[in-house]
Amino acid sequence: MLRKILALMKKEFRTILKNKKSRMVLIIPPIAQILVFGYSASFDLNNVPYAVYNEDPGLASRQLLARFSGVPEFAKVATITRDSGIAPLINEKKVMLVLHIGPDFTRNLNRGRTAKLQVILDGRNSNSALISLNYVRDIVKSFNMQWAARHGMQPVPAQLVVRSWFNETLNSHWFIIPGIVALLALVVTLEVTALSVAKEREAGTFDQLLVTPMTPLEILIGKSLPGFIIGFVEATFIIAMTILWFHVPFRGSFLVLYTGIFAFLLSAIGIGLMISAISVTQQQGLMGAFLFLVPAVILSGFATPIENMPQFVQYITYLNPMRYFLIIVRASFLEGASFSLLWNLYWPMVIIGIVTLSAAGILFRNRMY
Amino acid sequence: MNPMRLRGLINKESRQIIRDPSSIGIAFFLPVLLLLIFGYGVSLDARNVPLALVVEKNSPQAMSLVSGFSRSDYFLPIPMRTIQEAEQAMMRRQVDGIIWLRHDFAREMLTGGKAPIGVIVNGVDANKARLIEGYVTGVWFNWLQRMKKAMGQELKIPVTVEHRVWFNAAVSSRDYLVPGLIAIIMTLIGAMLTSMVVAREWERGTMEALMVTPVSMKEVIASKIVPYFVLGMGGMLLSVLMAVFLFQVPLRGSMLPLILSSSLFMLTAINMGLFISVAAKSQFVAGQIAIVITFLPAFILSGFVFDIRTMPVVIQWLTHLVAARYFVDILQTLFLAGDIWPLFLINSAWLCLMALVFLVIIRKKSRKLLE
Repeated sequence: MLRKILALMKKEFRTILKNKKSRMVLIIPPIAQILVFGYSASFDLNNVPYAVYNEDPGLASRQLLARFSGVPEFAKVATITRDSGIAPLINEKKVMLVLHIGPDFTRNLNRGRTAKLQVILDGRNSNSALISLNYVRDIVKSFNMQWAARHGMQPVPAQLVVRSWFNETLNSHWFIIPGIVALLALVVTLEVTALSVAKEREAGTFDQLLVTPMTPLEILIGKSLPGFIIGFVEATFIIAMTILWFHVPFRGSFLVLYTGIFAFLLSAIGIGLMISAISVTQQQGLMGAFLFLVPAVILSGFATPIENMPQFVQYITYLNPMRYFLIIVRASFLEGASFSLLWNLYWPMVIIGIVTLSAAGILFRNRMY
Repeated sequence: MNPMRLRGLINKESRQIIRDPSSIGIAFFLPVLLLLIFGYGVSLDARNVPLALVVEKNSPQAMSLVSGFSRSDYFLPIPMRTIQEAEQAMMRRQVDGIIWLRHDFAREMLTGGKAPIGVIVNGVDANKARLIEGYVTGVWFNWLQRMKKAMGQELKIPVTVEHRVWFNAAVSSRDYLVPGLIAIIMTLIGAMLTSMVVAREWERGTMEALMVTPVSMKEVIASKIVPYFVLGMGGMLLSVLMAVFLFQVPLRGSMLPLILSSSLFMLTAINMGLFISVAAKSQFVAGQIAIVITFLPAFILSGFVFDIRTMPVVIQWLTHLVAARYFVDILQTLFLAGDIWPLFLINSAWLCLMALVFLVIIRKKSRKLLE
């Protein structure tokens, strides 16, 4: 049995690696994508382009504005002097926000009255708008504390003391990059498995395979292993990049992480082979792959949190193996979590794997067209 | 080009589409399904964030702060007795944050000291953590004002921030994510529809059969573009209708730029699919390439969720290779801001350029030559 499986596996590897283009598609994109996505996928803002519209002749407004030009989060690109200057800058995306200070800013402050800083934001990307507004508030808060201390104003009676666990500086790269491990591992395994049976069906060689002495189980194992090995190698490469190149801290155990990878690959390969076994043509296989891949990524919690989804969509995500694996990867990297905190995330992936692999095995034999 | 031959080829291609239900499924069923799931599923606005509230000693001040959290739409407060219990809950991901009022909170407040309100957030999802911090600050500020008012005083803050968010006053992330989703979904549809069609003819040998006919390569390519373009535009129309009527995203721009840019983008997406097909010459490889180069770049590098303006400069240049980037920009602006011609023209020019470059490469790669 082992010899038969090995023979099929060898043949599968050859089909995947024989073609130069196919080989390139497997090797180059993951390397390029971890680099490009690793640098690009972030919710943190730097160099937020902003414009200043200051009508106040006083000193205080200039002190406040100086705080904005001194931080890496903001980059001043324009100064305007009229109301009508705001719209073109924001409309054409030249700036993300305009800081507007009215004529009596310094006067109000000196008289002990509250002065206003008006912020006009481009809401086309509402998340960026909210985050940059939070940055503005932070700067104003520290200005206020200094002003209050200098002018003997009574401090507020209760202060927030904020601490964040696991990611002290709130660097969103630390959240996204471990997620890319899951993303690319899923793409690679689908790439290897989703078209593999459909291709043979179209060429007629799958019928030949079925009349050999190999059992469906052996065919299943022979078809799964290449995807498994390739997915495993690429996942390891990406994890190494995450730790060594991007310096995301790895606080957990590799055993916890790799058990997760094992379960995740099992489920991804199962789904890939099932799609392939259902499809009669490669076009259908491709459609099936996308039909799974796209929702699996978008509804996984990779970029937008699952908790924000309405309940019925949250129920759908329970069928998504990536949902579980993402938590395991992030917990392994940032939280240093142990099996006891994560055990209930492994078995859903294993069940998805077993169900889809069995379905694929049954479809191998019974789907004739 | 000979109109009769072209019509014949288009006829053949259309019949093939109609007879294989998967193409029609891709063009009409898929955008509706994906937009339906994602439109509801994709949101960055945190609501009902589970929050552990640890109040070690009851006092009027503490109660009033707690009621502030209960009344907020953003939070779902869960009272807990000890900080250890709350930390356990956070480790188990049952809560996303902790508010901790120590037993001497009220006393310190009244004696004029700066009483600390402990806030611990789970920073794994940094973006969410930052939003939670912002919401907590809001609750805290309102509470301070209420406390001062109750004492007959006014809260003295030197500078307050007053904000106005243009185009999206409610700051709802769905309003900008849904137009972006249309661009992503249409990128996929274009690739799925066409990435196999030329490769299939090579594989089945019908391309060679075509070559012995007087049909020119130009006509073959045109016959592949026209029917899929019509299909794709149908899907596009459905998506826009869903965005406006189902998800209630305001459409502030006018129809002309919407139709123009949609057609341009659809053409680019289809040309990209054809390019993959021509370059790969086998369906297997074409499928692999399509999976790898269409979805993830469109998802991550288009500005759909991750703002391009904050990426490193080198990556910003790279995003110019992603057609979805221009369409995301056009759609977000057309839907939320209206007709802003300078932006529209620049992005359309880029799309034109991309469509042309793809077309030139397709022409070059598909000479009537046998290997």
